[in-house]
Amino acid sequence: MAVITTGLTILTEGAPNPGEVVAASGTFALAPLLIAIPLASAVVLLLAGRRANAWGHLLGTAASAASAVLGVVLLVAMMGQPEDARTFNQPLWTWIDVGSFSADVALQLDPLSISFVLLVTIVGSLIHVYSVGYMAHDPDRRRFFAYLNLFIAAMLLLVLADNYLLLYVGWEGVGLASYLLIGFWYHKPSAATAAKKAFVVNRVGDFGLSVAIMVMFATMGTFSFAGVNETIAAVDPDTVTWIGLLLLLAACGKSAQFPLQSWLLDAMEGPTPVSALIHAATMVTAGVYLIVRSNAIYDLTQTAQLAVVLVGTITLLMGAIIGTAKDDIKKGLAGSTMSQIGYMVLAAGLGPVGYVFAIFHLLTHGMFKAGLFLGAGSVMHGMNDDVNMRHYGALRAAMVVTWATFGLGFLAIIGIPPFSGFWSKDEIIKAAFAEHTVAGVAALLGAGVTAFYMTRMMAMTFHGKARWEPGVHPHESPAVMTVPMIVLAVGSAFGGLALLFVGNIEEWLAPVVGFEKAAGPIPTSLLIAMTMAVVVVGAVIGWRQYAMRDVPRMAPMQVSWATRAARADLYGDAVNEAVFMRPGQYLTRTLVWTDNKVIDGAVNGTAAGIGGLSARARRWQSGYVRNYALSMLLGAVLVGAALALVRFA
Amino acid sequence: MSTDQYLPLVALVALPILGGLLVGLLPKGNPALPKQVALVVSLLTLALGVVVGMAYQLPQDGGAPFQLGASWEWIPAWGVSFALGVDGIALMLILMTAILVPVCILGGWADADATSGSPRGYFAWILVLEGLVLGVFAATDVFLFYVLFEAMLIPMYFLIGRYGGAQRQYAAVKFFLYSLAGGLLMLAALVGLWVVSADQLGAGTFDYAALVGLDIPVETQKWLFLGFFIAFAIKAPLWPLHTWLPDAASEAPPSSSVLLVGVLDKVGTFGMLRLCLPLFPDASKYFAPAIIVLSIVGIVYGALLAIGQTDLKRLIAYTSVSHFGFIALGIFAMTSQGQSGATLYMVNHGFSIAALFLIVGFMATRRGSRMIEDFGGVQKVAPVLAGSFLVAGLSSLALPGLSSFVSEFLVLAGTFTRYPAAAVVATLGIVLAALYILLMYQRTMTGPVRPGVEGMADLRGREVLAIAPVLALIVALGVFPQVALDIINPSVDQTMTAVGSTDPAPVVAEGK
Repeated sequence: MAVITTGLTILTEGAPNPGEVVAASGTFALAPLLIAIPLASAVVLLLAGRRANAWGHLLGTAASAASAVLGVVLLVAMMGQPEDARTFNQPLWTWIDVGSFSADVALQLDPLSISFVLLVTIVGSLIHVYSVGYMAHDPDRRRFFAYLNLFIAAMLLLVLADNYLLLYVGWEGVGLASYLLIGFWYHKPSAATAAKKAFVVNRVGDFGLSVAIMVMFATMGTFSFAGVNETIAAVDPDTVTWIGLLLLLAACGKSAQFPLQSWLLDAMEGPTPVSALIHAATMVTAGVYLIVRSNAIYDLTQTAQLAVVLVGTITLLMGAIIGTAKDDIKKGLAGSTMSQIGYMVLAAGLGPVGYVFAIFHLLTHGMFKAGLFLGAGSVMHGMNDDVNMRHYGALRAAMVVTWATFGLGFLAIIGIPPFSGFWSKDEIIKAAFAEHTVAGVAALLGAGVTAFYMTRMMAMTFHGKARWEPGVHPHESPAVMTVPMIVLAVGSAFGGLALLFVGNIEEWLAPVVGFEKAAGPIPTSLLIAMTMAVVVVGAVIGWRQYAMRDVPRMAPMQVSWATRAARADLYGDAVNEAVFMRPGQYLTRTLVWTDNKVIDGAVNGTAAGIGGLSARARRWQSGYVRNYALSMLLGAVLVGAALALVRFA
Repeated sequence: MSTDQYLPLVALVALPILGGLLVGLLPKGNPALPKQVALVVSLLTLALGVVVGMAYQLPQDGGAPFQLGASWEWIPAWGVSFALGVDGIALMLILMTAILVPVCILGGWADADATSGSPRGYFAWILVLEGLVLGVFAATDVFLFYVLFEAMLIPMYFLIGRYGGAQRQYAAVKFFLYSLAGGLLMLAALVGLWVVSADQLGAGTFDYAALVGLDIPVETQKWLFLGFFIAFAIKAPLWPLHTWLPDAASEAPPSSSVLLVGVLDKVGTFGMLRLCLPLFPDASKYFAPAIIVLSIVGIVYGALLAIGQTDLKRLIAYTSVSHFGFIALGIFAMTSQGQSGATLYMVNHGFSIAALFLIVGFMATRRGSRMIEDFGGVQKVAPVLAGSFLVAGLSSLALPGLSSFVSEFLVLAGTFTRYPAAAVVATLGIVLAALYILLMYQRTMTGPVRPGVEGMADLRGREVLAIAPVLALIVALGVFPQVALDIINPSVDQTMTAVGSTDPAPVVAEGK
C-alpha cells in the first residue's frame, strides 16, 4: 500500500489498521453507561405510568443529555490516545454460548463508533429539547419520551456492539422504537398501517442480516467484528460475495434503499421530531454504518461492492425524483433523505476511497437534515399542522428564525460552499467519478435535482405569495424549539469545515475503515466547477418556477407521466401490492380453505370411514371414562400378550 | 433398587396430583376456595421445583446423564420400574411447567365460572395434569413415560370438553382421537422395543439407560422410530398432523389453552429429543431430512395460516404450529446449537404463548367475542393490556433482546451448518411472524375505538400478577439466556454423543 504525501499531512493509505484492541479501563469503562442511562430512563417512564406525566419529558431529556456529555468525555479521552490504540473492547457478560457458537454482550468503542455516539446523543438531545415544546399539548408526551429514550439506547447498542449478533439486537431495537414512534398516534389507521409496514419491510432486510450471520458462523465459526476481520481473507470468494449481498439487503431495509425503500415515505406519519431523529439523522443511516463497519468483507468482493454502488446510485436518483413532486413538506424531505443516503451507500460501495466520505456525509447530513425536519415541524406548528406546501408561501416574515435556520440547512444540502454538505457531497462525487463513471454522472445529476427540489421547497414555503388556509395565523415557534434549530443550523453551516479541517475526519476514521485518496480522470477543480454549475442550474429553475410564478393551491392534474410517476413514489407501493400483497393474500386465503377442507377433511373423513366421527363422538361423550379405561385395558392386554409371546415363544 | 432415593423429585410429581384430589374433594358452595387451594398447591409445587433445581449439579464430562434419581420396582415381570430422574433438558421443562401452572391458575381464575362445570373440577384437573406432565418429564422408565403420556389425555379431555367454548365437544373428541391414535402406535413400538431388549439382554426391560445401550438393527430401528415419532408428531404437533390443535386450543378455556399448547404439547418435542434420538440413532439420522422438510413446511404453513385467521385464539394456535416446526427443526438438525436452541425454544415458547393466550382470554371475556373484527382501538381504553400483549407478541416474533430470539436464532444457526437451504427457508418465517403478530396488533389494538370496546377495563390486579412474571421472564431469558443454556448444554452434548453426531466444523477451520 502506497504512502503518499499530500501537503503537510502524511496519510497512511489503504487497509484499515486499528492497531491493538485495548481492554477498556478507566474512562473507557464508562461506555456501557451510554446505553444504560437512556434505557433505564425509558423503563422508568414506561413503568411509572401517569405518575411520571409531570416530569417524564425532563427525565427523558436529561438522560439523553447525560449520554451526550459522557460521549464527549469519551471522545476527548480517545483523542488523547495514540492513533493505533483507539479501539477499546469491553466484554460485559456471556450472552449465548453453545458449542462453538459464542456471542458476548461486549462493546467496542473506536473512532467509528464514537462518531455515531456523538451524532446520536447530541442530535438526539437537541431533538428531545425541541420535543418538549413540540409535544407540549400531547396527553401522551411521557410515552413519547420513553420511546425516544428507548431509541437512543438501541441505536447506541447498534453502534457499540462488538459482534454482528449483538448489533442485531440494536438493529431491531431501533426498528421497534421506529415502529412505536411512527405509530405513536395509533388511533389514526394510517399511522398504525405505516408503523406495521415499516417493521415488516425492515424484517425483509433483517432476513438478510440473519442469514449473513449464519453464513459467517458456518464458514468462520465467529461473527465478531474482530474474528471476521481476521479470518475473512481465508473464506471462499463466492461466500464472501454472498455475505456482502446479504448485508446489503439488511442495509436496504434499514436505510430505505431500493428495493426496500417504500416504508420511509409512509413513516412520515410519525411526529415530526421522530422524522428528524430516526427517519433522517440516525436510524436510517444504520445501513451505511453496517456496510462501512463490514469494510473487510466488502474489500474482498467486487461483485457485492458493485451491487452496493448500484443500489446507492439508483436510490439517490429515485429519492431525488420523488422529492421533486411532493407537496407534503415532510414527504419531500423523506424523498431527499432516501436520496442523500443513496449518496452515502454509493460512497460505501466504492471501497477505501469512499468509506470515510460515506461517514462524513452521514454526519453532515445528520445535522442539516435534522435541522430541516425541525424547521418543517416549526412551520407545521405555525400552520395548524398542515403539511401541504401549496398552503404555505411567504412565511419568511412570520417565521424569521425558522426561515434562517431552514435556509442554512438548504444551503448545506444543495452543497454551496462553505456549508457542510458541499464538503461531504463533493468528495463523494469525486470518488464516484474515480471508480465508476456512470455512478459519478448520476451523483452529479442528483446534485442538480437536489438543488431543484430544495429550492422548490424553500420557495413554496417561505417565498412567493401567501396561500394560507383561512383562519391560519402563522407564528414563530417558542424558544424551546428554535434554540435546537439554531444549534443545528450552526452545525449545517460549519460542521463540514470543522469535521474536515479541525477533526481531520479522514485520519480519524482511517485506522478503522481504511482510506485512499481518489484519483479520478477529472481534476478536482473542474469537478467542483461542474458540480456548482449543475447546482446553480437546478436552483435557478426551481426558483423561477416556484418563487417567481404563482403556485396553484391545488396540485395541477394535467401533468406529464414523469410527474405522475414521481407523485406515486415511482410505483414502489404498486409493485409491492401486485407482486407480494395480493398474491400473498390469495395464498393465505387458499391455504385457510385447504386446511379446513382438505387436510382436516381428510382426517375427519378417515375417522368417518372407520365409523363416523359424529356417531363415534356421541358414543365417546356418553361414556368416555369407561371407554377410555377400556382402551387402556385393551392396551395392557396387548402388552401382556406380546410379553407372553416373547417370554414363552 | 437404588439405596440413594431422591425424594423431592417424587414429591414434585405427587404433590400436584394429591393436591388435585384434595381440590376435587372440597365441599361445594364456596367457589373461591378451590381456586385458593389450587394456587397454594401450585406455588408449593413451584417451590419444590426450585428445590430440585438447586439440588441439580451441572454434570462433568462422562458423568451420569440423570441425577436426583429415585426408583422402585413396579412390575418386575416386565422389567418395569417407577423410576424418576432429571437431566438438564428435563429440568428446564419441569421448571417451566411449575412456573406456568400458578400463572394459569391466577390468569384462569374465572375460566370455570361461566361454564356448566364446577370450579372444583377445573382446578383439580389442572393440578392432576401438572403432576402427570411433571412425571413424564422426569420419567426414566419408558413404560412409565408411556403410561403418564397416555394418562395426560384424561385431564386435558375434561378441561376442554367440559369447560370449553361452544364447539368444545367436537374439539375434545378430535383431540382425544388424534392422541389416542398416536398413543396406540407408540404402544406398539414400545412392545417392539421391549421385545428387542428381551432378545438382547436376556430379560426385557423398560429402563431408559439400558434401552439406550441396545444395538438395534437399523431396519427394526426405523419401524420403532416411526411408532414413537408419529405419536410425538401428533402431540407436538407437526404439519400435517396439526389440525386438531386450532380446534382444541381455541375451544379450551384460555388457561387450559396455555397448558395444552405451552406445556402438554412440549411432551411431544421432548419425547423426540429424549426417546427417538438416543434410542434409535440410525433411524433418526435416516429420517432427519424428511422431518426437516416437514418442519420447514410447518414453519411457513403455520405462519401463513396464522395470517389468514379471523379468530384470535386460532391465530395464536397456528403461530404455534409454526413454532413447533422450529423446535423439530432444531432437534433433527443434529447440532448442539440446534438442540440446545430447540430445548430453550420449548421453554421460551411456553412463556410467550402463556402471555398471548391469557391476554386474549381477558379480552374475549370482556368483549364476549374472540373475533378480530370485534376489536379495535383497545390500546386507548386498556393501555396496560395492550402493552403487555405487544411485549408477548414481540417475543413471539422473536425480537432480539427477548427470549425467543435466542432460541430461534440458535435453531436457525444450528440448522444452517448442516442444512443451509432449510435454514434459509425457515428464516423466511421471521418475516411472516412480523406480519401475523403486527397485523393482529394493528387490527385489535390500534385505530379508532370500536363499538363494544369503549368500556373495556384494563388489566386488574390479579391479571397483572399473572402476566407480569411471565413478561419479566421473557425479558430476563432474552438478556441472560446463558443461565438456562448452562443447564441445557451438557445434556444436549450427551444426547449428541448418544446419537453419534458432532457439529460440523467451520469451513475455514477445516483448512479449505
